[in-house]
Amino acid sequence: MRRSREPFFWALFSSGGMIAALVLPALALWLWVARPLGWVAGPTGPEMAALLGPLLLRFCLFVVIALALFHWAHRFRYTLYDGLQLAHLYGLIASICYGGATLLTAAAAWLLWRLPHLPPLPPLR
Amino acid sequence: MNPAYRPYHPKWHRDRMPIFWWLGQAAYVKFIVRELTSLAVGYAALLLLAEVWALDRGAAAHARFLRFLAAPPVVAFHVVVCAALLFHTVTWLNLAPKALVVRLGGKRLPDGAVVAGHYLLWLLASGVIVWWLRGGL
Repeated sequence: MRRSREPFFWALFSSGGMIAALVLPALALWLWVARPLGWVAGPTGPEMAALLGPLLLRFCLFVVIALALFHWAHRFRYTLYDGLQLAHLYGLIASICYGGATLLTAAAAWLLWRLPHLPPLPPLR
Repeated sequence: MNPAYRPYHPKWHRDRMPIFWWLGQAAYVKFIVRELTSLAVGYAALLLLAEVWALDRGAAAHARFLRFLAAPPVVAFHVVVCAALLFHTVTWLNLAPKALVVRLGGKRLPDGAVVAGHYLLWLLASGVIVWWLRGGL
């Protein structure tokens, strides 16, 4: 019998769940609620680009995005099976979930790698 | 159960379950809501990626992205997303002692201590993120 790929995806789900639990509430509250409402001054565009200047930080953001995506892929797959009783669409759902996460992870790697080619940035406040 | 195993399984009789089997009992609803927080996690990854994309496309694109974030319905939606992310964090960290057994000096660390350690880690991570976003790193 072929070896199951389940442990691999479960590990991604599990580490993604942990990293999402630790970092996403702070990021979401700051960037998508406090910043648009003007409770905090930034980061603005140039500031955000400067924050993502160091390669290490871009790598950190890549890890957060990639693991969060695979956490979604794995958990949502089972939500569809169990919640909506869609177990008969096993192959299709798995391809869409993991395939989507893989494509978006590749996009994140490419975009974050490209960022240094931006024009020079004004200093931070 | 992993649905892939079903072909090798004896086919016994099963009553068809209605799609909304989980409505009607608070514990089931909580379970499904907890599972659905993965949508908020995936959406957050997408939105982080969208900001990087906007940065890549230039100042005008990023300004458009910030205008999109500031639209009142979008802010309202993101408040809901934040609530879901917090629900994910709380349910996830509370389950930590089930996944992680810490032994210290031959004795098992009590569940409460494992949970407290994880919440401390959350606080620390949030602090580092705020520090980073304010230009500290």
